[in-house]
Amino acid sequence: MTMIETVSPILFRPRSTSRALQKFLGNKGAMIGAGILIVFALAAIFAPWIAPYNPIKTNFLVIRKPPSALFWLGTDELGRDLLSRLIWGARGSLVAGGISVAIAMAIGVPLGLLAGYFGGKLDALISRIVDALLSCPFLVLAIALGAFLGPSLINAMIAIGLSAMPIFARLTRGQVLSIRHEDYLEGARAIGLPDRWIIARYVLPNILSPLVVQAALTIASAILAEASLSFLGLGQQPPYPSWGSMLNAARNFMEQAPWMSLAPGAAIYITVLSFNLLGDGLSDALDPKSQH
Amino acid sequence: MIAFIARRLVGAIPTLILISLFVFTLQKLLPGDPILAMAGEERDPAVIALLHEKYHLDQPIPIQYIRWVGGLLQGDFGMSLRTEQPVTTLVASKLPVTLELAALALIIALAIGIPAGIIAALRKGTALDYGANIVALSGISIPHFWLGILLIMLFSVKLKWLPASGFVPLFDDPVQNFKTLILPAFVVGVGLAGTLMRHTRGAMLSVLGTDYVRTARAKGLMPRSVVLKHAFRNALMPIVTLTTLLFGEMLGGAVLTEQVFSIPGFGKMIVDAVFNRDYAVVQGVVLCVAVGFVLLNLLADVLYRVINPRLRTAS
Repeated sequence: MTMIETVSPILFRPRSTSRALQKFLGNKGAMIGAGILIVFALAAIFAPWIAPYNPIKTNFLVIRKPPSALFWLGTDELGRDLLSRLIWGARGSLVAGGISVAIAMAIGVPLGLLAGYFGGKLDALISRIVDALLSCPFLVLAIALGAFLGPSLINAMIAIGLSAMPIFARLTRGQVLSIRHEDYLEGARAIGLPDRWIIARYVLPNILSPLVVQAALTIASAILAEASLSFLGLGQQPPYPSWGSMLNAARNFMEQAPWMSLAPGAAIYITVLSFNLLGDGLSDALDPKSQH
Repeated sequence: MIAFIARRLVGAIPTLILISLFVFTLQKLLPGDPILAMAGEERDPAVIALLHEKYHLDQPIPIQYIRWVGGLLQGDFGMSLRTEQPVTTLVASKLPVTLELAALALIIALAIGIPAGIIAALRKGTALDYGANIVALSGISIPHFWLGILLIMLFSVKLKWLPASGFVPLFDDPVQNFKTLILPAFVVGVGLAGTLMRHTRGAMLSVLGTDYVRTARAKGLMPRSVVLKHAFRNALMPIVTLTTLLFGEMLGGAVLTEQVFSIPGFGKMIVDAVFNRDYAVVQGVVLCVAVGFVLLNLLADVLYRVINPRLRTAS
């Protein structure tokens, strides 16, 4: 162990973390995105305290009321307060985005590491599977898997996670291949470090930046996919609110209650846009090519 | 070139076999027995046995797989358990609708995305560039179904210019056909335009910095000629590849857009099949999409070589 600790500072590539951070903090788009997401996340966390009404309690006296001082965003077809449903719905969307990307990375990154690091038959097998999965469009695959697993928010997260997995596997593999013959890896191998250690200590930290960028961008697609699945009835089940399922209900009242469509769609759009801005900012800050 | 195409086709075979295995396994794992649903209320064991035999469900799984692949190779994708039509017929009747939608969407996307990308690259760092980028990101971030709902509320409910839903085949009434497709095509096209704009901008930026563009400028060529002839033609390669690969995104968009606008296309068929547990159709659709995607990948590679003469001599 002592040997490894004395060797690692030499093998480790110097990283310009502070410069990247500075660049990221100076990116207006990314900061706006981050700010919006923090507000949404707080709203989701404190939903029980800030939501003015119970999001699932129906009230037939106030069916489809337009926005007013009492109901800021109006009410839906069962007399439920749209603002309260929107705030509670943020929980589903944000959690679904995070968890499905966590699932995708938990499976995809190890597969990509194995394929890229060991190569050979293992690489051929993993790459073929990834190719096959990637030949079905992300959303179509997620819908098919979601239908197969059965309609629920958890199943939708699993379906989206599995559909996004091959993207991470392919990206990780490509990144590993690009650093495979770097001197610091050759050196680590030459002094006989176990593969497990090399992967965890030298490979993974050096390919982390593109993975982080991809994670932010994939959360954006995952939230969009969760909304799509809920819109089709494959995600969050009634009476619990989700932005996608709120839009599905709103669709039937486009003429009578147009306000029902506005808020949930805008919430999805702003959240996804924020994650995309964040991903762009991270990509600019972490990409060595764009540092000039 | 022919040798190259042949090599690529052979290379696609393992992928296609894996896809067929996935689809087949998925079907076997699916909950619920469609035969039980078909047998009706009484669930007469004799009827069930007969149906199992009719669909070869009484044979061992590997045999079922081989039978199924054998059928696929002869163009037999099975029968829809619900409408009792061959899946091939269903796909053939729905695909043209979605292809027309996709073609219109692609035209809209190219018409917006490429000029916007070129202009943003030429005006890098200006308000115009930032504005174009925000619009492009918005196109990517906006949920298709929401944009569809908003457009219906504006153009159909409020202004009453266009129908809210429905579809008229192209050859029945081209004008009405265009009216029913323009909104959905715009919805699908906007997302693609965003992706295209960002890639065009990136490709143009990397080309504009090269020596040959500087040389072209230095020798006093018209700026327009430098941009379009020297820079854009070289930036075109990644854009062409991307456009063929946008197919997947387009189909994903079509699934929800067709649902919102009630267009009887491929995307709506997928959703209907999924909800009706019509597995034969789901299988057929996934296979068609996967094969189409593999072929489009091939097309992208071929186009890449046609546009880039350097690759042709290199091999």
